[in-house]
Amino acid sequence: MKSVGLEHYLIVCALLFCLGLLGVIIQRNLIVMYMGLELMLNAANLALVACSHFLNKLDGQILVFFVITVAAAEVAVGLALIVAICRRKQSTDVADLNSLKL
Amino acid sequence: METTLFYIFAALTLLFGFLCVANPFSRNPVTSAMFLVLTMISISGLFILLQAFFLAAVQILVYAGAVMVLFLFVIMLLDLKEAEHTHVRKVALVTGLVSVMGLGVMLVLSIAGSGIVEAPAKRAIGDTKLLGQLLFSKYLLPFEIVSVLLLVAMIGVILLSRKEAK
Repeated sequence: MKSVGLEHYLIVCALLFCLGLLGVIIQRNLIVMYMGLELMLNAANLALVACSHFLNKLDGQILVFFVITVAAAEVAVGLALIVAICRRKQSTDVADLNSLKL
Repeated sequence: METTLFYIFAALTLLFGFLCVANPFSRNPVTSAMFLVLTMISISGLFILLQAFFLAAVQILVYAGAVMVLFLFVIMLLDLKEAEHTHVRKVALVTGLVSVMGLGVMLVLSIAGSGIVEAPAKRAIGDTKLLGQLLFSKYLLPFEIVSVLLLVAMIGVILLSRKEAK
């Protein structure tokens, strides 16, 4: 069996990113859309770690550390927004959020 | 051995990721959250294969621990019923699948067509000591800024989730 190279990892990242994007596009529940966003962030993290490993530099892993921190903050703020929306609209379906529609 | 483990973890990551965002059997958000945990654990397995041991531990602690508890708390707090009647619209499904598959094919072909990077003989090992030295010397300023960001996020969350007084 051929040994695993950088492009194997990058292909996994690309496919994982596409799955996250698919979730954001086809889901209508705000919380599950958020999980798609998390998948996309993790695909980027995996690409950074793979590049850091194969280019023999640790800076990529430091960047992933910061991305994880920012993602945690983003999830906290986003879920608070979802709770606020749900209190007002009694629903987490994106189709119900049409107050700004003409 | 390493090659086999890579294929196992990669297949698990993609399978659980798919079941998280587009589960054909269940439309319950709790199921999606559980599959998201499994995806994160598979990704941390890939991190270990890439010798990023500290990040693998952080991934499990932060995602499978903190973020997932947050997701489950919100799902339980809002008491979301299983969204049976909100079926996925056909138009959204078709356009989403077509555009995402187009993007995926483009990315995979461009990655596969680029030059192959060989694994270096001496590998960078992401253990706690080396990462810590780098974090507290070269990246000290971003580290401090991130701590301020976390404080701002915490204040924002408290303000947003407060009951309106008037």
